[in-house]
Amino acid sequence: MAKLILSVDGTVLKEITLSKERTTLGRKPHNDIPVDNLAVSGEHAAIITILNDSFIEDLNSTNGTLVNGKPIKKHFLQNNDVIEIGKHKLKYFNDAPVASTAGDFEKTMIIRKPVASAPATTVASAPQPAPAPVPAPAPSLSDTQTNMKPITPPPAPAVAQSAPPAFAQPQDPNSPARDSAIQVLSGAAAGRTLDLTKNLTTIGKPGVQVAVITRRPTGFFITHVEGAVFPTINGVALSGQAKQLADHDLIEIAGIKMEFFYKP
Amino acid sequence: MALTDVLQIVSLTDPGKVRGHNEDCVESRPELGIVVLADGMGGYNAGEVASGMATSAISAGLASSWTKDVLKGLDRDAAMALSLKVVQEQTAKANAAIYAAAQKDPHCAGMGTTLVACLFYDNFLTVGHVGDSRLYRMRNDVLEQVTRDHSLLQEQIDSGLISKEDARSSHNKNLVTRAVGIDPEVEAEVHSYDVLAGDIFLLCSDGLNDMIEDEEIQMTLIALQSNLELSAQQLVQAANDAGGRDNVSVMLVRVLKSFAVERGFWAAVKSWFR
Repeated sequence: MAKLILSVDGTVLKEITLSKERTTLGRKPHNDIPVDNLAVSGEHAAIITILNDSFIEDLNSTNGTLVNGKPIKKHFLQNNDVIEIGKHKLKYFNDAPVASTAGDFEKTMIIRKPVASAPATTVASAPQPAPAPVPAPAPSLSDTQTNMKPITPPPAPAVAQSAPPAFAQPQDPNSPARDSAIQVLSGAAAGRTLDLTKNLTTIGKPGVQVAVITRRPTGFFITHVEGAVFPTINGVALSGQAKQLADHDLIEIAGIKMEFFYKP
Repeated sequence: MALTDVLQIVSLTDPGKVRGHNEDCVESRPELGIVVLADGMGGYNAGEVASGMATSAISAGLASSWTKDVLKGLDRDAAMALSLKVVQEQTAKANAAIYAAAQKDPHCAGMGTTLVACLFYDNFLTVGHVGDSRLYRMRNDVLEQVTRDHSLLQEQIDSGLISKEDARSSHNKNLVTRAVGIDPEVEAEVHSYDVLAGDIFLLCSDGLNDMIEDEEIQMTLIALQSNLELSAQQLVQAANDAGGRDNVSVMLVRVLKSFAVERGFWAAVKSWFR
């Protein structure tokens, strides 16, 4: 269960377990977490907890609430977030399940009573300028309402897709250069270097011969996608399986030679 | 026109990197345009019992209630109306069967399953779903989620409590508000949609969409759309590379061409010569 550690100037005052759906914090003694300090408003903030998730909401306090140094109105708390109210700090702990039990922990479970609606309404109990009203759940709350309307055929957009270039380009030139690239050795694009910045990079000529290079935690792999003839790596044709690329492997696809290499 | 010539279907299911066994189940009957995916839950082996019962009961139930004889003489609207009804009915039947089994066998007590079931016919598709297994559609390189999860998180998003971005880091991802087999009765959410040639539909369990973003799914389907099998493999692999914390199942259905049902005089004449 999630908890908060309340401290001032590095001295821990107490630990609060977030067992209630709504935990209030303020200067007045009736709060769940009373903080007797003039910088704290009478009813300063509330923490709403729904099963394993917690949200903090500032109740229009005079001096505001900071989370990780930033003023917030409402914030979805993450493990290790630091809430600051005046000189008081509250550190939020929501231990991620330990690895050994992760499998069980994340198992899909059914909940019979939707608990979402209750806290949604309690959020609105702040004094004066009422927080943006929570829209009343529509009666058909649980029915699919996407912008995809059942059975109203959208106008078929012209499939004016320009023919993709022979070589897919890394889409975002601003993304930090990753650790590998391919250099084209022959053909019209000879000399060009393509950084492998995406998880998937397709190479070749669509409709003729296409392969994909996938970036995985263990390295880069090349797989044949389409075409009767399979690309070759160092002169050996690919099988149907993915093949891991090694530094300076020579790829030949759609009549073009290119070299895979790890950047220094 | 046989639906097997129209629909290219690829199914792949994988236990993932953490779970010891696979509680997902997939089944398709291409000739009838039926594609079903279920993600079971429950102790011991009850999860896969529930999902297996759901997929086979629905496939078999649709096969027996969605027949040429029943469809004879129906125009498209009537067929669509009927499809909504049979998907709902078959889900109810599967629910009753799983519920009864759970009551009878203590090992299976409390078992249940999510479900997404598609029926393709006459240039439309009828989808019924329960829980957080999803149907997506990719049309003209744009991926859209067709179904909306029956989950606590989705309800929180709908009520404005949590933003879609924050939802990704929620700890409440695994809570569904509806499931097949948990209660004596369940209502599937059933809708029909028009289908165009070139559409690619993706059915998946939450082991896919919890591990990788929709953008990555879309990128994969665009990059590899010429090879549906590889697309499915790549999606499963990406979910596993991202941690594979749950079973992951992927079914891809590519609509190769229009599959309007011929009706009227000529269809009648033709049918004499078949």
